[in-house]
Order: sequence, then C-alpha cells, then structure tokens
Amino acid sequence: MRRAELIMAIVLAIFSAYLMWKSTELPIGWIPEEGPGGGAFPFWLSTGMLLSCLWIIWRWFRRVTPQSRSNLPYFDSQSATLIGLVAVALTAMIGSIHWIGVYGAIPFFFIFYMKFIGRHSWLQTSAFAIGAPVVTFFFFEIMLHITLPKGETEPLFYPLYDLFL
Amino acid sequence: MEIIQLLLDGFLVALEPTNLFLVIIGCAVGLFIGAMPGLGSVNGVAILLPVTFIVPPTSAIIFLAAIYYGAMYGGAVSSIMLGIPGASTAVATTFDGRPLAVQGKADMALVAAAVASFAGGTISVILFTAFAPPLAHVALAFGSAEEFALMLLAFGTFIGLGGDDIPKTIFSILIGLVLSAVGLDVLSGQPRLIFGDIPGFFHGINFLVLAIGIYGIGEILWTIESSRGEVQVSQAVVTVRRIIDSLKQMGKSIKTVIMGSFVGYFVGLLPAAGATPGSIMAYGFAKTMSKDPDSYGKGNVDGVAAPESANNAASTGSMLPMLTLGIPGSPTTAILLGGMVIWGLEPGPRLFVDQTEFVWGLIASLYVANFFSVVLNVAFIPLFIWVLKLPFTILAPVIFVLCVVGGYAPTQDMHDVWLMLIFGVVGYLMRKLDYPMAPMVLAIVLGPLAESSLRQALLQSEGSLMVFIERPISGPIMGVALLLFLLPVFKAIKAKLTNSKGEVNAASGG
Amino acid sequence: MNLKLRRFAVLPLVLTAAAFFVSTVNVAHAAWTPRKPVEFVIMAGPGGGADKMARLMQTVIEKHNFSPKPFIPVNKPGGSGAEALVHMKSKKKDNHIVMVTLNSFYTTPLRQPNLRVDPLTFKPIARMAEDTFILWVHKDAGITNIEQFVDAAKKAGSKWTMAGTGKGGEDELLTSFLNKTYGLKMKYVPFKGGGRVAKELAGKHANSTVNNPSEALGFYESGDVVPIVAFTKDRLPLFPDTPTMGEVGVPYSYFMQRSVVGTPGMTDDAYEFYKGVFEKVYNSEEWKAYMKKKSLLGDFLSGNGLVDYWKVNNETHRKMLKEIGEI
Repeated sequence: MRRAELIMAIVLAIFSAYLMWKSTELPIGWIPEEGPGGGAFPFWLSTGMLLSCLWIIWRWFRRVTPQSRSNLPYFDSQSATLIGLVAVALTAMIGSIHWIGVYGAIPFFFIFYMKFIGRHSWLQTSAFAIGAPVVTFFFFEIMLHITLPKGETEPLFYPLYDLFL
Repeated sequence: MEIIQLLLDGFLVALEPTNLFLVIIGCAVGLFIGAMPGLGSVNGVAILLPVTFIVPPTSAIIFLAAIYYGAMYGGAVSSIMLGIPGASTAVATTFDGRPLAVQGKADMALVAAAVASFAGGTISVILFTAFAPPLAHVALAFGSAEEFALMLLAFGTFIGLGGDDIPKTIFSILIGLVLSAVGLDVLSGQPRLIFGDIPGFFHGINFLVLAIGIYGIGEILWTIESSRGEVQVSQAVVTVRRIIDSLKQMGKSIKTVIMGSFVGYFVGLLPAAGATPGSIMAYGFAKTMSKDPDSYGKGNVDGVAAPESANNAASTGSMLPMLTLGIPGSPTTAILLGGMVIWGLEPGPRLFVDQTEFVWGLIASLYVANFFSVVLNVAFIPLFIWVLKLPFTILAPVIFVLCVVGGYAPTQDMHDVWLMLIFGVVGYLMRKLDYPMAPMVLAIVLGPLAESSLRQALLQSEGSLMVFIERPISGPIMGVALLLFLLPVFKAIKAKLTNSKGEVNAASGG
Repeated sequence: MNLKLRRFAVLPLVLTAAAFFVSTVNVAHAAWTPRKPVEFVIMAGPGGGADKMARLMQTVIEKHNFSPKPFIPVNKPGGSGAEALVHMKSKKKDNHIVMVTLNSFYTTPLRQPNLRVDPLTFKPIARMAEDTFILWVHKDAGITNIEQFVDAAKKAGSKWTMAGTGKGGEDELLTSFLNKTYGLKMKYVPFKGGGRVAKELAGKHANSTVNNPSEALGFYESGDVVPIVAFTKDRLPLFPDTPTMGEVGVPYSYFMQRSVVGTPGMTDDAYEFYKGVFEKVYNSEEWKAYMKKKSLLGDFLSGNGLVDYWKVNNETHRKMLKEIGEI
C-alpha cells in the first residue's frame, strides 16, 4: 500500500505536468481588457493538481496518511487475479464490439462471466446470453431508436429492421 | 385567482381518459428509461415523436411530461440501487442512497426518494403558480457575473463533501475541472486538450462517461474485490409493512424536504443552471445545517430526501426560463423546446399571455405525472429489490453491459465507451488509495458553466474583477460563497489548535 | 471438443449465407432505399436553430412516411462542427448517414486546416433554406435607426458589447463587418446558443445582437428588442418596417445556409433517394409554414446548383475570415 501510494502520486504528478504542457497550446496569461486566455483555466488548475500531488508525496514522506503507513499489499494475489480477469474480459468485450458488434459481444461476455467466473448452470447462462441482446435490441433500437454498433454483423439486422421499423 | 382557474382547467385536460392513459404509460416507460445508466428523459423524445401524429399537441405534451417525471424518478432508482447516477441531476442522490442500499435499506431510500420528489414537485408547482410571471424578470436579470457567483456558491456547498485527506480532495476537484475543459473553448473558438488529435475529444468529456465509469465500472470492481467474487446475495428484504414504516419515518425529514424544494426551485429558475446545481446545493445545505453532518454519505435518509426534492422542484423551475426566455436549461428542455416548434408554439415572454392553455396544461400535467410516478415507483419497489437480490455474478455482467451500452447511447461514439473503461479502472485504483470521487464528478458538471461565465463576465467588463462585487445580485451571492469556502478553513484551524498535541503523538507513534 | 469447434465454424457460414440472401433479394428493386435507420447528424447542439430544424425535418419525414426507415438525429456539436465534419468524412462511402449543416460548414474547415476536411467534397443533397440576420438593440436604448445606432456605438467605443453565438462564426463575421463599415469598436462576446444570446440582450447584459429572427422572435413580440436593419436583399415579410442594409446605403447581405449533405462517396442512387425525400419535405405544408413563421428564405437547391452556391460562399467566408485575422 505504501509503495502504491507513492507510485500513484508520481503518476498523477506526471499527468498533471502533461496537462500543463498541453494547456499552453492556447494563451494561459491574462489578456488585457478580456480576462484569462483560453488555456489559463486548464493550465492553472493542472498546476494546482501538480502541487497537490507534491503535497501528497510530502505527506507520504512524513507518513501522515493511513496508506503511507500501511504495509499491507495494494492487491493480494487472489483479488488481483480476479480483478485483472474481469478488466481483461471487459476490455475484450468493448474491443470486440468494433468487430462483431454489441449483439455479438454481449453473449460471449455473459458466457465468460456467468459460466467461468460465476459457475452458473448452462441453462441460466444461456438464458442471459440470449435474453440480454434480445431485450437490448427491442429496448434500444426499436423503442428508443438508438442504433448500437454492429460491426461486421450489420447485414444480419436488415431483415429485423424490415420487420420492426 | 385567474391563475388558479387556469390551473384547474389544465388539470381537467390532464385527467381526460386518453391523457390519463398516456400519463400512466409515460411514467412507466420513463421510469425504466431513467433507471438505465446513460439514458434519461432526452431519449423519451424518440417515443414521443410517433405519438405526436396520432394525438393532439396537448396530449403529446402530457405524455412528454410523464416521461420526464418518470425518468427523474428512474434516475433516483439507478442512483440508489446500482450507485450509478443515471443523470447529472441524480449525482447527489448516490451519496447516501447507495450506502443505504448496501446496508439493506434500499426500500427505505426508494420510499424517501419518491416522497421527497413528490413533495418537491408539489411545492414547486405551488411556487410556479404563484410567482411565475414576476420571476421571469429575475431570470432575465441573471447575467454572466451572477451565473459565476452561483457556481461559486455551488462549489462552496460541496467543499465539505470530500474525504478527510485534504490534498487528495483538492486534486479530485481540480482534475474534474480540468477534464471539463476538454473540447472546444467557447470564448476563443479554439479546440483545446485534444489528446492525440483524436476527434472524439472534440465534444469534450461527457459527465455521464465519467460518472458511469467511476460509479458503474469502478464500483463493481470495488464490490468484486471486497466480496472476493463469492456469490453474494444482498440482504435486501421488502414487505408492505416496511414500506409503510418508511413512509411514517419521512415525517422527520420534512424540514430537509421543504428546504430542498425551495433551493431547487429557485436555482432551477435561473437560466443555464438547471436541476443539477440545485440538487447539489440542497445536499450541501442539508449537510451543513444538520446536527449530525458526519452521518451524511454513510446512509442518512435526509441525504436522499434533500437532493431528490430539489431536483424535482428544479425541473419545474427550469420550465420557466425555457418557456419565457427560450433557453433550455437541460437537454430535455431543449427537446421540449424543439417539440414546441413542431407544435407551432413560440417560447418567449408572450407565451404566458398568448398560450395560457398550453402553459397551464403543461404545469398541471407535470403535477399529475408527478403523482403517478410516485404511485408507480412505490409499486415497483419489490421488483427493484428482486433485481438487487440476484447473485452478484449475474448482476455484475448485467451492470457492465448496461454501462457499455449506456456510455455509448448519449453520443453514439465508441470513443466514449473506451474513455469510460479507462475512467472506471483508474478511478477504482485511485479510490483504493482514498482519493474521493464525488468532488471529481461534481466538478466536471459545474466546470464548464463556471469557466465560461467567468470569462464572459470579464469580457463584458473589460477585464475588471469588480463586476462580480458591484452588481446587486452577484455581490451578495459572492459573499455567501466566500463564507462557505472559509468555513472549513476556520473549522480546520480550530481543530488543529485543539488537536495538535494528539497528532504529534500519533505521528511519532506510527 | 472437435464437434463443438465445428459447430462454431459453421455458424458464421450460415449467417453470411443469410445475409447474402437478404441482400440479393432487394437488388430486384430499381430504386435505392435505406436498409437500416439513417443516421441524421446535426452539426450543432440540442435546442439551437439547426437542431430544431433537423427535428422538424425528421418529424415531417416520419409523419408523411417519406422514408421506409426512420431518420435518427444525433447531435455532434463538438469543436464548432469539427467533430461532425470529421465523423462524416470518416464514413467515406456510407449511404446511411446524412448531415444538417450551417455556415460552420465553411468556417470550421477554414479555421482548422489540420482537420483536412474539404466541405466541397460532400454530396450536395439539399439546401432547405437560408436563415436571415437582423441587427437588434434593446428598446430602452432608444435607438430606432442605423444612424442612431452608429452614433451610440461610436460614443461607447469598446464598451459597446455585441453578444453572439460562438467564436469566428456568423455573428462575429457580421460584427466585424459593422465595425469595419462604420468605424466602430464594438466588443464581441461569444455565448453558447442563439437563445442565450437573445436573453443577454433582453436582460440588458449586452448592447446589441445579430440574432436570426427565429431566435429573437419571442422578445420582439413582447417589445423588449427592436430590429434596426436586416442583412438581406429585400425587406423581410415579417418585419416590413425594418430597412435592409442596401436601403441604408451599404449594399450587403449575409445568409446562413440550412443544408443537408451526404458522405463524399455516397452512391448516385442513394443521392437520388435523399434528394427526393428532402424535396418532399421542402414542399410539405409544415416546412412552408415554418419558413414563413421564422422568416426563412431560399429555394430548394441540389446537385450542381448547390455546389456552385457553396463555391461562392466558401470564397466569401475565406475573405471574411482573413479580414478579421482568424486565418
């Protein structure tokens, strides 16, 4: 935990510095008779972010916060595996939306999550894997007229559109 | 008295069988739309459009009002049950609503939200009926300087909402404000902070993307870790008796509800402000005024009642600038404004005079919709609780999918879905280290308003800061805001003086 | 295991076959029609003039069944329309997307050359209207004609504020035109949205605006704001007593296009379809009534006629932007 606190503060400090640099694309000073320039707001606020990061680091040295005193691991190995697994699955699902669309990605995600993490029965799993995209389709596309991304599966939906729209 | 007659006529219209049917359907549909993270009353317009062809405009408006209110309630449902604010107006509801749900008191929170919303709606309709036309002038007198002062006041009220770690709270507020600056700088017309020239950043970082990321994905990751992935069943129970008991308990929150309604209504009146600052300020005030401020954020029913009464009151209030000034305070009112164009009505100061039937019909239908939303909401509570009782390994993927679809829907851009994932994971890692998340989410909502109003006011005053102090409305608001900012500083100094010995001991001991 | 794998392999085949079957069936029809909902991109945020107009078009299309599949509005206001333009460009040959544009169609690519968008490459589907501009002041200023306006603005110098929508857009171009023509030093303050601009004037936070009639109509009817001069060739039917710029001695007019465009690679038969839809919208009772009520001008233009119109306007805007130093 102690190490994580320092690393996070340093990473955020670097990010703040990057934001400061990026803000200077527009004027950051006070333009006479107009007030602050376009970059001023983000620039000075990111300066504030950087200062608070330094403050956090200083407190870390002084061991003021509970995290900076804690010797517990930031992640124990069990939850690290689990969180990592979920995060990767989520990334894979969002990534595959570009390719097989929402209606292709959702069933796979349910199968993975319910079967392999949750260890539910195939019956329950397939009920959700099939039910979720069907409900989503009718709620979003038919009722609310919100088109969701379909990737390569798009032509498959033409007959459905012909039927319901 | 003429107004009351007009309002009664409006009620008669709203209670016709066709219209009543539309109200009930609208409330139910709205409730479910609002309960979906990422979807709000704006999406109701898609359903509305076909309806406008088969029914007269008045019925269409009534239907819209029903969806509007239904979605307002639905937003609270998602805030309480999933911890994801469905709309920016419901952010403050999560602060205490979610802890209550985790403690197994979701039904209590839902009842509190319903009752407070109803009370807020009632009070605001009364205020609207009595004071609408004169208040239109107040709204007109509100310029950029006043708007900035109001934003400072809103920041002032939530300064106490952060965690105990001061630098981390400050960091959280600042990063929220910086992220809100991404996109187009209205004043110079230049794009800014377009990371890597990705076109998705042109529209800025939507509040919903951050909120769904942090409260949706981040929260589930958090729960997965704390439950270690075990199949965990929420201990929520629901009986008629418990609901009645919760209703009885609401008597204690009556002061909070009345305060919230007034704050919400008057903030909602102001153009550009809308319901979000209103609900945040009501929460902040309720906490400041409370005898037990520490219980806020840990599951205090008043913490649900205050923002919920305020956001409903504000949604009535925000009808005023829309109708009289033609300025939409929210995307929903923007759509309603579009609808008025389709129905051939011209918003403006004359609308109250020329189209009395429309105006009061709208107000009456808002009220009727409000009533039915409460009834439906309470009736659906068992269903919501049943959803909460699903095993977590089913609930989690369902929520993840809702987050992904909900993150996509508002802008229809996959860019936002990726951004949401990043915010969710990074937010979760930060939260593990006690970085408070609420200030960040609130800052991204208020940031753009604060910055542009500040710079517009300065441009109009040729760079003179006196504009904020000299003007009759902004001056006093600024004063109150500064007091609110200084309050925690005084408290901190006082606490430090009395506690300094203790801390030294603790530090040397650690 | 093997069996399962095989089943998975067969699935895409079946799906493709189904898709192929479906897509061949419709080839028999001669005319192109959309196969899925049409993405209707609006180059501005919700509530503005362009948005209201787009939603009206959508309503008219649905009401009269002009299209077999619905048009679904999507607002992309980011970066003064930069986001919408880049989005359209990235869709290349997509036949299921059209966009409602205004004058940021010219100004945004000119001001942000790094977008590498050439507006003239977009498919010219339809010009639905031209919006007009009027110079407005508050009634309490006691100004009724252009001479009084020039006197007052000269006296106030840079203290005279002009509220407008966005930076480097139509309103600022008109402001700088007035400044140049009459030797004024009016200060331009940008806001988000025409409704907000109208309110700034009605609340006396700004001295003047160049709102579209549709944006200021409410306050005009209530008598709060007064029209001074119209930036049109002929007097507007809705404001018969307001002189045009030409009548006060400076022959000048400026319009905002309300057009619908397709992707650069849109096929010709798809173009014919959309052209037909929007022509029908243009000729509908609802659209005619709306144009009259909001003081909109302009005939229906499409194809080469619209491209010629764009060419002229693109050059005008290039010149105007150069003059105010934006490019």
